Amino acid sequence: MKDSDKKQGKSVVNDDVLTYCLRLGDNAMVTSQRLSEWVRNSPTIELDIAFANIALDHVGQARMLYSYAGELEGKGRDEDSMAFLRDEREFGNVLLAELPNGDFAKSVLRLFFYSAWVLPLYEGLNQSNDERLAAIAGKAVLEVRYQLKHSAEWVVRLGDGTEESHKRISDALIELWQFVGELFEADEVENRLADAGIGVDPTSLKGAWDNTINDVFARANLTRPDDDWHLTGGRSGQHTEHMGYLLAEMQVLQRTYPGCEW
Amino acid sequence: MDTATDISIENAHDVERIHDILSQVPDPEIPVLSVVDLGIVRDVRVKGGCVEVDVTPTYSGCPATDVIAHDIETALTKGGYSNATVNRVLSPPWTTDLISSGGRDKLKAYGIAPPVGGRSVTALFGDDPEVPCPRCESKDTELVSPFGSTPCKAHYKCRSCAEPFDYFKCL
Repeated sequence: MKDSDKKQGKSVVNDDVLTYCLRLGDNAMVTSQRLSEWVRNSPTIELDIAFANIALDHVGQARMLYSYAGELEGKGRDEDSMAFLRDEREFGNVLLAELPNGDFAKSVLRLFFYSAWVLPLYEGLNQSNDERLAAIAGKAVLEVRYQLKHSAEWVVRLGDGTEESHKRISDALIELWQFVGELFEADEVENRLADAGIGVDPTSLKGAWDNTINDVFARANLTRPDDDWHLTGGRSGQHTEHMGYLLAEMQVLQRTYPGCEW
Repeated sequence: MDTATDISIENAHDVERIHDILSQVPDPEIPVLSVVDLGIVRDVRVKGGCVEVDVTPTYSGCPATDVIAHDIETALTKGGYSNATVNRVLSPPWTTDLISSGGRDKLKAYGIAPPVGGRSVTALFGDDPEVPCPRCESKDTELVSPFGSTPCKAHYKCRSCAEPFDYFKCL
């Protein structure tokens, strides 16, 4: 292999890891933003504090991933630039993460779907050939495992609760189900990284996710919809109409006063 | 003259002194614990007048991380080590298993129940651990919320003495 080919090969890997880091960071950041919207609005103060705590874990994961992405890119962009100064089409989070909160049942079910997916993802990533990604994921695994327990308990409480709570979470299930399929899609970037032992093949997460969902749904008296039709586009920056509003609120300060600090 | 040995003896002395200084640096959120009690100091190295301290965060998003690094640098400067840097290391991740036994006693005396059992306690739908009340020792306590006033705590209530209390949750 010629030196220039080797160099090119290395730069493809570098670009892939950069893209991957941003996607993971965007998932964590957008999830954190939606959870933060519950602060002051939750049904009880304990749930308010719980969502705030979970949001904090995710923003911490996003910071580490964005910082690493900035270093890989090598253009001097830091974690703040990645979070606050990129446009909608540059965000690679899954659509599930950006959907509006809706009622408490919808937010809990979304968090449950997300945690049940990102837990085996981080577990796999903890074995990555990329030491930095492995370290970030190793930390996140412990946090997400604790969070999954919380949302799973609430899915059971609502699903197996009153007529009203069962109806609310069943409605949320129908609405959210069309965004689940995207979680297990892989594109070229993720295929290449999985082959290189750096990333996790998203299709490989389905088994673990199904087990968690089936176990919890059985306890929650909920039935999985049969229809697996789903929407997609988040990885390539094609988002739902809700994403622009989310970013407008999240980024307003840095957009209005670029570089502002306090 | 065996200079290599001399240097290492001097370094060992410094490392010990630095360790003593770090044992006096409190965690900003739970000031009864030092950063050493909490188990977040990974390594101390002294090279040619420069001190490097490796610190691992408790939680990814722990807002105290930056303050802790600043507090460590300040304490070392006061202790005569003005050329100190604090590195953040992530791997292996911090868990509550790393809190020292002295640290656990201090937590309890402060009114925070120390973590019970190991990190495996976080299984889905596993039985919750029995958390004794840090005030009256009663085991008749209940979980109010798995999340509390800081990222590292859960919220409990004692049925015997009716006191609410913080529990240092297992991670």
